[in-house]
Amino acid sequence: MGFSKEQFLARLQELQIEFSQYEHPVVMTVEDQAKHVGNSEGGLSKNLFLKDKKNRFYIVSALADTKVDLKVLSQRLGLGKGGLRMAPEEALGEVLQVPLGSVTPFALVNDSARNVSLLLDQGLKGQERCLFHPLSNDMTISLNVCELDKFLRSIGRDSSYVDLEANPPVGKDNPPDLAALVPSDSIVLPDLPEKAASLQAPPKAHVVSNKKSTEITAKATEPSRKVKNVKDKPVNSVQPSSSFKDVGQFVEEILDKTSALLLSEITEETINQHGQQLGVVVSNCIRERLASELKTDTTLYMQTAYTEGFHVARKMFQSTDTGNQFRCL
Amino acid sequence: MDSKVAERGALENEKETPQEQEQEQVVNPWEVAAKDGGKIDYDKLIDKFGCQRLDPSLIDRVERLTSRRAHVFLRRGVFFAHRDFNEILDAYERGEKFYLYTGRGPSSEALHLGHLIPFMFTQYLQEAFKVPLVIQLTDDEKFLWKNLTVEESRRLARENAKDIIACGFDIRRTFIFSDFDYVGGAFYRNMVEISKRVTCNQVVGIFGFIGEDHIGKYSFPPVQAAPSFPSSFPHLFSGKDNLRCLIPCAIDQDPYFRMTRDVAPRIGYHKPALIESLFFPALQGETGKMSASDPNSAIYVTDSEKVIKNKINKYAFSGGQDSIEKHRQLGANLEVDIPIKYLSFFLEDDAELEHTKKEYGSGRMLTGEVKQRLIEVLTKLVERHRRARAAVTDELVDAFMAVRPLPNMFN
Repeated sequence: MGFSKEQFLARLQELQIEFSQYEHPVVMTVEDQAKHVGNSEGGLSKNLFLKDKKNRFYIVSALADTKVDLKVLSQRLGLGKGGLRMAPEEALGEVLQVPLGSVTPFALVNDSARNVSLLLDQGLKGQERCLFHPLSNDMTISLNVCELDKFLRSIGRDSSYVDLEANPPVGKDNPPDLAALVPSDSIVLPDLPEKAASLQAPPKAHVVSNKKSTEITAKATEPSRKVKNVKDKPVNSVQPSSSFKDVGQFVEEILDKTSALLLSEITEETINQHGQQLGVVVSNCIRERLASELKTDTTLYMQTAYTEGFHVARKMFQSTDTGNQFRCL
Repeated sequence: MDSKVAERGALENEKETPQEQEQEQVVNPWEVAAKDGGKIDYDKLIDKFGCQRLDPSLIDRVERLTSRRAHVFLRRGVFFAHRDFNEILDAYERGEKFYLYTGRGPSSEALHLGHLIPFMFTQYLQEAFKVPLVIQLTDDEKFLWKNLTVEESRRLARENAKDIIACGFDIRRTFIFSDFDYVGGAFYRNMVEISKRVTCNQVVGIFGFIGEDHIGKYSFPPVQAAPSFPSSFPHLFSGKDNLRCLIPCAIDQDPYFRMTRDVAPRIGYHKPALIESLFFPALQGETGKMSASDPNSAIYVTDSEKVIKNKINKYAFSGGQDSIEKHRQLGANLEVDIPIKYLSFFLEDDAELEHTKKEYGSGRMLTGEVKQRLIEVLTKLVERHRRARAAVTDELVDAFMAVRPLPNMFN
């Protein structure tokens, strides 16, 4: 289950992160947000939730006035022209676990967003404070970007600040400068609609009242995932990848599939058609239709078990210091 | 023609300079071009290379030995040529096992169906014969031939490994390795042994290298040859110098292995056996080329159902007639029809394929129907692959690529 706004704010307090909060009615656009918090100190942000053709997701968090050209960004990431689109609405709920209109870098606190890459506008660094939604668009919090960095560090993320308006050439001799920010894992949702336009709220924009122009060099720092814990769950996609570790769940899914097929094949029509032979017919049908899928699933199950065993063994024999508790006969 | 004589002849032919072979079709690991932009003549190719046609009796033998139906690619003649496959089967019957060796040059992240074919077939061979498999990712080759950095080619190798793993290989019997990580030790010793037995003139003849090519290219072939010898993998096959090797690959890889087979007896090993496939045709037809720069020339494993539907409907070259009346009268030209060709690769049901060919060829069935069926088949395939790919974690890749023992690899 994703973090609630309250849980998240509590976490900020635990981390002793300094921020101010403003409650307001639900806002779906930056213009609306500006009406409520426009007077407060700080640069309003617009947050885009994007996806590429290989089901990898990105949050681009920028100052409201920063021009973000998706075509340019797509090329800089090495995705070719037109490789980036707004992510579909379902992805918002599944991956970021925030409601529509609430995209925010803080959504990375959720484990489901583990593989989402975050691109931060370097312009944010030039602001005394910046305004973001705290997982919900009925509130805005303002904080200094250093505090944002502190938060990101606490969840094992690095902050990658990028000059989003830059348009460097990309070609044979100029590799895409942001390629390192492409996630290594994709996230697959159950139904992948090829929606041309996103159903998300349009990015929010606000006239910044307080501009501090500090010179920031445009350098994209490498995002490194902290300590890839061996016991980490595999890619948290809506695909039941966790079932490859859980016997009960795995069996449940097999039975669900078989059951669904069985029920769909036994109808008044088929009973009339096959009569006593229906059992044989349905049995063959199940075998034919499910064999390939079950094989794939079971292979993955076996591979996951093997991999766990392998990593355990590796860990056992890796550390040679006196702290090593492991023993083998 | 006796197979050994044919092979010897092919090796002799290689000593001719490339210019003399200009009018012919060109088939080597880096270039495939038919004569005058026509179709590849496979009979001529078999003749020229000196390999053997896979005849039906061999397929029957495979079914008997493995107690299961032969893979669709064997039944449909997708894998159609071989070298010494019968010896592999002879040995297998005597209880002598073998290992499989295949590989990929990780040049791009985008894999299309053509790339999957050797892997799908190899997975079947592994399962049917219950034998170990080594998979080589030639990241060094791509670095040498393409405009990539070392880091980028290593990264692509790992990405491609995920797609390969998604084909369902048995982790208990499979070792995947990248050249940049693995070359060294016993593997390198074999590379040097091989390179001492191949002359510059030979590689020029086989691969068409020229004076201006950098020496990286010249020194690469032994890297792809070395996995054919069990001693290159001491952590797997220590003490089994007699173990045979079977290499499933597309026929354009034949030159590497002709060279390897020539060297093998001189360093005391069995010649690796080969089982070779046709080229997978581009969507636009046999004369077209599948190219990374034209996404509409192929179906990619990342294509969604909608994209597949669009590509097949719009770009798949049809052998049907221009008008329905004409079509009903004359029927479709099955020789050039791409949907039928693709179905013969991927539609499992022999009876359905036969029926479709008959109906379409006679004009009773329309192109639209054939395409619709193809879209269904391909979507299912791509979906399955995508699901499997999504479940491949970095930890899983690490495990497949770890230099580890594989106990029970023959059980």
